Amino acid sequence: MAEFQQFTLNFGPQHPAAHGVLRLVLEMDGEVIQKADPHIGLLHRGTEKLAESKPYSQSIGYMDRLDYVSMMCNEHGYVLAIEKLLGVKPPPRAQYIRVMFDEITRILNHLLWLGCHGLDIGAMTVFLYCFREREDLMDCYEAVSGTRMHATYYRPGGVYRDLPDVMPKYQESKWRSGAGLRRLNDNRGGSLLDFIEDFTERFPACIDDYETLLTDNRIWKQRTVNIGVVTPERAMQLGFTGPMLRGSGIAWDLRKKQPYEVYADLDFDIPVGVNGDCYDRYLVRMEELRQSNRIIRQCVNWLRANPGPVTVDDHKLVPPSREQMKGDMESLIHHFKLFTEGYTVPAGEAYAAVEHPKGEFGVYLVADGTNKPFRVKVRAPGFPHLAAMDEMVRGHMLPDVVAVIGTQDIVFGEIDR
Amino acid sequence: MTPRTQALAARIAARFGGQLRIVPAQTGELTCEVDKERLLEVAQALRDEEGLRFEMLIDLCGVDYLGHGQAEWNTSTATSRGFSRAAMPEVIVTDPEASFDARRFAVVYHLLSISGNQRLRLRVFTGAGNPPVVPSVIEIWRAADWYEREAFDLFGILFEGHPDLRRLLTDYGFIGHPFRKDFPTSGNVEVRYDPDRGRVVYQPVSIEPRVLVPRIARDDNRYETDLRDKPANG
Repeated sequence: MAEFQQFTLNFGPQHPAAHGVLRLVLEMDGEVIQKADPHIGLLHRGTEKLAESKPYSQSIGYMDRLDYVSMMCNEHGYVLAIEKLLGVKPPPRAQYIRVMFDEITRILNHLLWLGCHGLDIGAMTVFLYCFREREDLMDCYEAVSGTRMHATYYRPGGVYRDLPDVMPKYQESKWRSGAGLRRLNDNRGGSLLDFIEDFTERFPACIDDYETLLTDNRIWKQRTVNIGVVTPERAMQLGFTGPMLRGSGIAWDLRKKQPYEVYADLDFDIPVGVNGDCYDRYLVRMEELRQSNRIIRQCVNWLRANPGPVTVDDHKLVPPSREQMKGDMESLIHHFKLFTEGYTVPAGEAYAAVEHPKGEFGVYLVADGTNKPFRVKVRAPGFPHLAAMDEMVRGHMLPDVVAVIGTQDIVFGEIDR
Repeated sequence: MTPRTQALAARIAARFGGQLRIVPAQTGELTCEVDKERLLEVAQALRDEEGLRFEMLIDLCGVDYLGHGQAEWNTSTATSRGFSRAAMPEVIVTDPEASFDARRFAVVYHLLSISGNQRLRLRVFTGAGNPPVVPSVIEIWRAADWYEREAFDLFGILFEGHPDLRRLLTDYGFIGHPFRKDFPTSGNVEVRYDPDRGRVVYQPVSIEPRVLVPRIARDDNRYETDLRDKPANG
């Protein structure tokens, strides 16, 4: 019988550990990877081309659908680029709301990453725990924007509306009643800020729970320590950002180094890894969960003490309120012009970047003085990470591919765009 | 521009002279244009030299400047013609054999220096050649690998020296470069299942292209902040 040494293995596009629609063509020598060739584009929707045919504001919703687990951070990058071209700065309360929701989004993203990464390499329980906490944060999204995921909450010049005074409660139904319902509504008696504060109080204990399950777990360490090691020089050369870069020991975080919104006024630390392997990147992200929690606490305190407007007072950019529109001709015209034609952005180009949960999310806008962008380029953090897949898995075993996909925190919405 | 960016602009002007032309920008970002013949030596210097040290290629993208600044509505004659204007989608047809306007296609590089905490945008026009060609920077920044494949796929820009310039985002066997301005948003072909032949077949698209909101350039004083708050006849 002939002995097979070299063979090609098709991993995905329908594979639970491929995180969506990744087709990996692996050239194997036995169980050792010789070459990995990711085939992407199965989720390519042409977001950037579509944005060219719509007024600026109508594309905010597309941004949610890029990285569909960190929705508001995507919006943030796009909205910042528009604001940069317009020369507009939102009021401080809007900036604090944005920062708070950016950090809520970071927790949402990292919880999904942790759950799926754990599930991929054999830890079932942590997935269930993570999704329990995600549910509360999704409720915050819903309370503020009306949707659980694709919020379209950030707008050029501020945010869509102020935080609600009442946190929505669960209604009695066939599945929820009695003591169970009362327990669910226990911390929903006050405002959204009360609910978020309650969350920040119990969340550190939840992180401790996840860490108890994983950090010193023998199987977890066997699967992640010394897997997918990237040196700091290589990480920069490959264009890594976010936890992938920090895991390799480079203390680079846009929130600290090139602060946007009110990050410069907030107190938080940047965790940095040492070895640049999957385990270090895991530790970095776990610490980021705690730091995000800290930032949210500071934002809640500030927002409690400082009421105020949440958008700029300029009806050439922000629509007037419903009441104003009904009673004032000028406001009606503004409203009509904004929703039919949109606003004109001065010709020029701008690149705005935010520290997205996965790395640097940037939007490069070319404006030509019309009401639609001439070119939008989304710099997705996951794109260069996945491009480095070949280098990271070469010489590893097949199961390590799954660990590397997990540690890269791949989401195809942003990579394929 | 912040003093730091101005200092960087001064350093670049002193080091490269006419090789790197600094483009004036309103947004406080530094943009430079470089000839494609000089791209590789400039890129190498930007990465390695003291005071520049752009270790990271953050982004690379193609831009098609066809029709830049052209509006679909002529707003100056609006009052005399009333509001009966509608916009028909303008179908741009370009001859694939002809050469381009030398400033039609550009490749834009976004560089980041981690050690110096500064950013730089570099733009290279591909020139009039058809197909457009620029040298690949993959030997200088490895991250360019997929970015160049993407720009090739979407704009048809060839990167000389790229070891593996395959399509990246579009389907296997796709024809055309979808992000060019003369490529319709709805595409050229669609697929459906043909029950007679028992397989999926390609056919020309049946979608009627339409414009919901036309592209409008307003050069009136609505957007000038110093005029905005003044009374109409003041």
